[in-house]
Amino acid sequence: MSLRITFITAGRILRQLLADHRTVGLVLAVPALIIALISAIMDDAPQVFDRTGLILLAAFPFMLMFMITSITLLRERTGGTLERLMTTPTGKLDLVAGYALAFGAAAAAQTTVAATVAFAFLGLDATGPVWAVFLICIVTALFGMALGLFVSAFATTEFQAIQFMPVFVVPQLFLCGLIWPADQMAGWLQGVSDALPLTYAVKALNEVQVNPEVTSAMWGDLAIVFAAVLVATVLGAATLRRRTN
Amino acid sequence: MPSDPSSAIAVGDLVVDRGRKPVLRGVSTRIAAGSVTGLLGPSGSGKTTFIRAVVGTQKVKSGTVEVLGHPAGSKPLRKRLAYVTQDASIYPDLSVKANVAYFAALYGRGRHEAMVAIERVGMGDHADRLAGNLSGGQKTRTSLACALVIEPEVLVLDEPTVGLDPVIREELWDQFRTLAREGATLLVSSHVMDEADRCDRLLLLREGRFIADDTPADLRAVTGTENLEAAFLHLIRDLEKAD
Repeated sequence: MSLRITFITAGRILRQLLADHRTVGLVLAVPALIIALISAIMDDAPQVFDRTGLILLAAFPFMLMFMITSITLLRERTGGTLERLMTTPTGKLDLVAGYALAFGAAAAAQTTVAATVAFAFLGLDATGPVWAVFLICIVTALFGMALGLFVSAFATTEFQAIQFMPVFVVPQLFLCGLIWPADQMAGWLQGVSDALPLTYAVKALNEVQVNPEVTSAMWGDLAIVFAAVLVATVLGAATLRRRTN
Repeated sequence: MPSDPSSAIAVGDLVVDRGRKPVLRGVSTRIAAGSVTGLLGPSGSGKTTFIRAVVGTQKVKSGTVEVLGHPAGSKPLRKRLAYVTQDASIYPDLSVKANVAYFAALYGRGRHEAMVAIERVGMGDHADRLAGNLSGGQKTRTSLACALVIEPEVLVLDEPTVGLDPVIREELWDQFRTLAREGATLLVSSHVMDEADRCDRLLLLREGRFIADDTPADLRAVTGTENLEAAFLHLIRDLEKAD
């Protein structure tokens, strides 16, 4: 693994992302706009918005990273650049870490805009520190990236990659506590919910929501999400083959 | 197979299956350092598979492939070998300059070297254009610049001149010759027979086997024909008679 090559790779991926002005605009503006819409819908129930808005702050970068990673990586696989990179000094981990750095930066930018709008203008309230919200959002975004990386190995077209959204992302969003608290679901659904990493991101956010100080429970939940990032990354890196048929 | 310092590429009894279909059925050859070797054959004969085995991206069933004394695809080779795939493997959403600079940077080379490589393939006037907006031939040349920028000891090119106009094809072949004169080893696949004369040595692949591994002059002499196209037809007919 080479730090130099990781940074060069991250720079190239960011340059590709920045060259697409429309995507940059959508990435930065859409989450803030949707959260504004949700806030207007929940105008009469600020406590519900505090809960939902906070989860959405993490859910957007998660979805975004999943989508752009699975598609950009699929392009590398089908466009021949991955095969070419595999004949250069670029290691698999350099490539994966490059993606994590570049898209992690994109997630940070997205979260900054969305969080600023939500906290400053939409009256979103969290008892705990904002930096903890930020940290949870970035780790969750990295989980989306790692999942997208893994999933891109099973898609042969961009169309298929998009179809993986309802398979890998939507159930996690529905079961994580975004639309219904996990502890009020049927027993077996709670079991499924407990097995999904996004649920722990939501639990961590709930901790920040109600406690003025960062709790050890939050660190524990965040550690689970981070472990999921590592597992998905290793699985994803394993799908990058130097030799293929 | 013992390593031979004089041959840059040594392939011994290479067998490759894709799916259940045999693609290479036990091919062997040695390619001398500082030479241009043409890999010729009809489409579907296994040229790309052979090339991918040499650069180390192809799963092989049996046999050996050594490049510069190392197993194909092994780590020490990744700084010394460059591979230009058949379809231009570049990033369409980056400029020509950004593409070449990226591959240059992976090898610790800077923007200046990138511009030199871009000029070398005649893309200097298009350096700031997005690769996705280029014509097919311009994409190929950009992809080639991404390989030239690292000044590889071994340069492997899969059909680099497909769809190029004759003037640029001529220029590229002149460059291949220059690189070989400077000591690089080139393996170039093509299905255009008139390019065969520009090679030091020819490998003719047909249905997964080499039916010729010789210099252009010897091939003409052996087959008693004037042009190489006729020489190959002659070889193929002889084989068919033998069957």
